[in-house]
Amino acid sequence: MTLGIRSVRAPRWRTLALSTPGLVLTALLITFLLTAGPIAIAGGNPLSAYAEFLVVPLTSRFSILEVLVTATPLLLTGTAVALAFRGGYWNIGAEGQLLVGAIMAAAIGQVAGLPQILAIPLMILGGAIGGALWALGPALLRVRFGIDEVVTTLLLNPVALLLVNALLHGPWRDPVSGFPESPRIVESAEFPQLLERSRLHLGFGVAILIVAAVGYVVGRTPAGLRLRAVGLSPHGAKFAGIDVGRTLLFTALVSGAIAGIAGVGEVAGIQYRLTSGLSPGFGYTGIVVATLGALSMPGVTLAALLLGDLAVGASSAGRALGIPSQLGAVVQATLLLVTIALLAIRRNRLVGSAIAPDAAGVAADAVAADMAVSPVEADEASR
Amino acid sequence: MLPIDPEPLVELRGITKRFGHLVANDGVDLTIRRGEVHALLGENGAGKTTLMRILYGLTTPDAGDIVVDGRPIVIRSPRDAIAAGIGMVTQHFSLVRPMTVAENLALGRSSFRYDEAAARARARDASVRYGISVDPGRRVGDLSVGEQQRVEILKALARDCRVLVLDEPTAVLVPQEVTALFATLERLVADGLGVVFISHKLGEVRAISDRVSVLRKGALVGTAAGATDERELARMMVGRPMTDLARRGDAPIDVDRPLLRVRDLRVTGAGVDALRSVSFDIAPGEILGVAGVSGNGQTELVDVLAGMRRPEAGSIRVGDTELAGARPSQIIAAGVGRIPEDRHASLVPDLSVAVNLVLERIDDFGGWARLDERRIRAHAAGLIERYAIRARPDDRLATLSGGNVQKVLLARVLSRDPRVVVVSQPTRGLDVGATEYVRSELLARRQAGSAVLLVSEDLDELLALSDRVIVLYEGQIVGEMRAEEADPERLGMLMAGRAADHDGRAA
Repeated sequence: MTLGIRSVRAPRWRTLALSTPGLVLTALLITFLLTAGPIAIAGGNPLSAYAEFLVVPLTSRFSILEVLVTATPLLLTGTAVALAFRGGYWNIGAEGQLLVGAIMAAAIGQVAGLPQILAIPLMILGGAIGGALWALGPALLRVRFGIDEVVTTLLLNPVALLLVNALLHGPWRDPVSGFPESPRIVESAEFPQLLERSRLHLGFGVAILIVAAVGYVVGRTPAGLRLRAVGLSPHGAKFAGIDVGRTLLFTALVSGAIAGIAGVGEVAGIQYRLTSGLSPGFGYTGIVVATLGALSMPGVTLAALLLGDLAVGASSAGRALGIPSQLGAVVQATLLLVTIALLAIRRNRLVGSAIAPDAAGVAADAVAADMAVSPVEADEASR
Repeated sequence: MLPIDPEPLVELRGITKRFGHLVANDGVDLTIRRGEVHALLGENGAGKTTLMRILYGLTTPDAGDIVVDGRPIVIRSPRDAIAAGIGMVTQHFSLVRPMTVAENLALGRSSFRYDEAAARARARDASVRYGISVDPGRRVGDLSVGEQQRVEILKALARDCRVLVLDEPTAVLVPQEVTALFATLERLVADGLGVVFISHKLGEVRAISDRVSVLRKGALVGTAAGATDERELARMMVGRPMTDLARRGDAPIDVDRPLLRVRDLRVTGAGVDALRSVSFDIAPGEILGVAGVSGNGQTELVDVLAGMRRPEAGSIRVGDTELAGARPSQIIAAGVGRIPEDRHASLVPDLSVAVNLVLERIDDFGGWARLDERRIRAHAAGLIERYAIRARPDDRLATLSGGNVQKVLLARVLSRDPRVVVVSQPTRGLDVGATEYVRSELLARRQAGSAVLLVSEDLDELLALSDRVIVLYEGQIVGEMRAEEADPERLGMLMAGRAADHDGRAA
């Protein structure tokens, strides 16, 4: 391949567009331009569709709170994924970890007679343990045998869903209705509402606390520094005496635990029981949130709120404008791709140009060390 | 052999190539005649490969002309080179491993249809015509390295090349394959092919070549007859040591109480022994230099001492602590400072300078719940000043120049007052100022009583800094001498695998 890369002095507009707040706005603008066509073809006015997607949900108390409710599991799965990715552990299994957390919450929540002060912490703890357990196998395989966790964590997601369905069609089938739903959790195990007349529950507060705690741990503690070092350069970290295997294990388990707590929130705060439709892919969307948020905690928070906004807006836009609500998913996917592209540009500060292969080689060598996962390394790893 | 045709096939005139401030080729003139094996001899980084990559169109020169059959031509790509009758077998083969030999030979021919039967017939014809036996139907990935090399040579010949460049062809071969290769080359040369043979092994060069051109630091030292005395070739290749870097205060070295004691170290890499029964001691206040052409076990030795690789057998003792197979953290705790050749991989380029400076001792800078960022920055500011690093504590390491990256690594290691220092290629790629600085710091460590293991391909540096020198060849120590008794000629012979048994001085 003779695609040359060379670094250039970035013009000012580019520096501005690629700063963190600028990036979000730039991404939204490009996404709007790219999706205007499909929206127009679907029979909607792109401008009013965008207003409906993003602005209208923020105009009433009810819909603002709905945005926060929708964002709650995304905050947690986004944080779980971002933490893992920062540590160089490619956890694609947040969905399964969330479901196992939900199973644990439903199991503990069915136990009658626990006072609220015990039931709620126990459920959260149980969900965290469940998520961590689901993450343990792939993490051990990775650390001990070098087996790619992308595959193993991903493949365990449908297994977790099968486990949920086995429980719902077996021991936990609702004894009254016969539906494949678990028995309702006891009242003392329900998450309290944070505000009157809303679905906003304790889980949102827990999520915010966890986002803040992860941000602190990753940025300000020795454990977080080890995690970042391993994520950025496993060889350099090992050379400096950091136990890379133990750090990866820690990263994977904490990530799984946080995803598990996302499942607890959906059981204890929204559904009050385990259902097979508990998660419409919160774990997978967590990957989108983490990526959109550039793996930073403020970014993850912003991205979770943005996607919550978009989800609430897309469902009402369908009714208000008569356009398919799936356009919301189109916008979300486009936003993801645009953001990834912008992050790549920001990361490399490079432009493509065809120049002499030798100079390209030197430039590539120079930047290879600069990039956490350079094309060179990725190339070597795939061999 | 045919009488050598005085009309050169290919002429390189004044070829110059720079990479940044590094001059890879400095006005090099070279002629290649019909029916000769022309060896290109030189140390690593002397510019041999760059020169031939220019001839083959893989690299464009900054200045100079290429003349083929008396006509100047411009070679922009291997396609141009092939059209001009130039073929090259690079160190890393450009074969498609899942494909058969016949398919590989057919690649690059412009035709719309691929006919396997015809391709196999053509491959068989070429195999017979050039006397190079290959099985057209076998998958390249299943072939041995020697067989793959034959396919590469055949590929070049099948494109009607008249000049064939072989870049260190013997590096990957076992001795029997080398013999077979040389027989093939002799036959081809007798038919009028011109061969350029890149090597740094003196014995091979003398065995096969008609003429030898020696490159040193990018410049042509001279062209000599193939039968030139080995010691003369070694001297041309290595040059004279510089002597301006004085070691002050040669304190008597207490060799009876070594700080680092290595015994019978064995490391296996890729099926062969990278290190075989390596033993040495280093006393306090002593610098032990390790000479050798790269790939003879130096990397493995440094990796094992740094804790990045487990030895199969042997012992490494620092004082009373056994460190063979220990983890990096244990090795650091035992007082070993490590500065390997790959600086960037030994640091975390995406973290700040300040954080990289404390990465070996994170726990000294805050409790489990909090990093003391103020102290980390203050610590960095101190080292930046002490080691004259041109950077700020919060700069991302990746933004620093090579010399400053090396100073960061040096500061991280030396500021902890290590009892043993393991350092490899300490000044590779550094400018003059940084080079001098790094060398003086290493001498200061010696002065402070550390045991220093210095691996370097720069013989001038090795001889100037070391008290004692050992030579590694194919994973074994083939010679040991005091630095003042070592001359480049003798070292060059040992490094090239010519244990000087005929004069009995070494080995």
